[in-house]
Amino acid sequence: MIISIASGKGGTGKTTVATNLAVSLGSDVQLLDCDVEEPNAHLFINPVIELNKKVFTPVPQIDEEKCNFCKKCAQICRFRAITVIKETVLTFPELCHSCGGCVEVCPEKAITETGRELGVIEIGHRNGLAFVHGRLRVGEAMSPPLIREVRSHTRSDQLTIIDAPPGTSCPVIAAMKGADFVLMVTEPTPFGLHDLKLAVEAVKLLEIPRGLVINRSDIGNDSVRTYAKMENLPILMEIPFDRRIAEVYSKGKLVVEEMPEWKERFRKLYLHIQEIVG
Amino acid sequence: MKELVVISGKGGTGKTSLMAAFASLAENKVLCDADVDAADLHLLMDPELKERHDFQGGGTAVIDTDRCIECGLCRDLCRWDAISEAFIVDSIECEGCGVCVDFCPEEAIDFPIKTCGEWFISNTRFGPMIHARLGIAEENSGKLVAIVRQEAKKLAEKNKLDLLITDGPPGVGCPVIASVGGASAVLVVAEPTVSGLHDMERVAQLAAHFKVPAMVCVNKFDLNFDQTEAIEKLAKENNIRIVGRVPFDPVFTESMVLGQTVLEYVGNSEIRRSINGIWQNIRNQLTL
Repeated sequence: MIISIASGKGGTGKTTVATNLAVSLGSDVQLLDCDVEEPNAHLFINPVIELNKKVFTPVPQIDEEKCNFCKKCAQICRFRAITVIKETVLTFPELCHSCGGCVEVCPEKAITETGRELGVIEIGHRNGLAFVHGRLRVGEAMSPPLIREVRSHTRSDQLTIIDAPPGTSCPVIAAMKGADFVLMVTEPTPFGLHDLKLAVEAVKLLEIPRGLVINRSDIGNDSVRTYAKMENLPILMEIPFDRRIAEVYSKGKLVVEEMPEWKERFRKLYLHIQEIVG
Repeated sequence: MKELVVISGKGGTGKTSLMAAFASLAENKVLCDADVDAADLHLLMDPELKERHDFQGGGTAVIDTDRCIECGLCRDLCRWDAISEAFIVDSIECEGCGVCVDFCPEEAIDFPIKTCGEWFISNTRFGPMIHARLGIAEENSGKLVAIVRQEAKKLAEKNKLDLLITDGPPGVGCPVIASVGGASAVLVVAEPTVSGLHDMERVAQLAAHFKVPAMVCVNKFDLNFDQTEAIEKLAKENNIRIVGRVPFDPVFTESMVLGQTVLEYVGNSEIRRSINGIWQNIRNQLTL
């Protein structure tokens, strides 16, 4: 089973829920941190990293000896990553989406592909928990291909917990698509509600069953609960604002380890999800 | 004209709440919400909509099954596995590269341009504002951010205003890159947690990569003094100007519930003094 943890708004507690849930469930669990722009789960898990590899995306490389400057490559590229000026071909690798259209269209076979570094993937473990995350190279714009690379390490014989990035656009979709369940984490504030609604619409589009965790559940107002009821979005857990939890988090520690009474609550959360997924 | 972009790396550190507070202090400015995928500034600004414009993203492949001879070439060429065995394009997976469109021997693939969001010009009690809404699950957020910033500049020029305050998105990817390029300075709102420190470091690297001067303030600084000091130490080592600290206070949430900026809600308090001080430091940095 794949459970993706998403939120819309940032800073609502996705990583807290993902890491504490993963650690509560013992072995045969893997945690994939797909927030590759700002990965944080490792700060709480402290995994032993066994493998670190760079990930590249293909971008064109022109052999000017073979090129006849026909401009077909520039014409097919919808991302303006190639331009031909007289007898010079300029490529803009940072704009390239790696579609391979230029390679296919070139009549002289003058285009091959080289790599643009997207970032790194690190694979490790902590006790029985398998851990994978990606770290986008600073300056790189495109996170979805790196997210897909992290997800390619999904093992079907294990429970997979995905820590998704905030927002509702392509990186979030890349982190939720194909999941069996999306656990949404929000806070009961106007910003939390507004962004939750957008995220719920995205999950609906993907037709994935979903449930809600309300973090800092005693701040703000009741509008998130009213919305959840109207949407038939089950509230699976509430985490009240507790300065101790905030401090544990701020130090990079796990709530279930510092405040063990939470371990059972996270296990129950998982049982709830299992019941819903069936 | 000066542009201050408020970013954070990590989400939920208080970018929008602080940016809204600055909006209530600054004069002669245009407000710009560049967090187009989860825009929240309007919830505090209560904008009165003046203009609405469609945002045209890229094209999406659509196969005309009547013309399709099921040769499979498009499926072979598509690097996103967006075309099913039944030759239906998954519009969420389609990258919009158009390679299938150009190679289809039957010219059976259309490539309609999608409207994938909208952007707005509004008036608020703090002056004009440009904001946007990216459609759910859409791409091209960077392109929409670029439009929003460009329109905000135009509006400022038209109204002879000399400052743009832009609320940026979290992260360091495409929409953030589109938000910081060419800005006069960025303010990084950091929180004193291991995550806050980690993410602030990356977003500061991003600002340096694009040669935009950075400032930092620590929000909720009293939740963890060690992390606050670690953030400020890191800032000093990287020539990032420290502009202040804001204490943790439930008034941020309370004012948000009422749709107010925190400075409209609080009296003469520590919060007001700290935000006033930060804004004064930012003004000095921007030489306003």
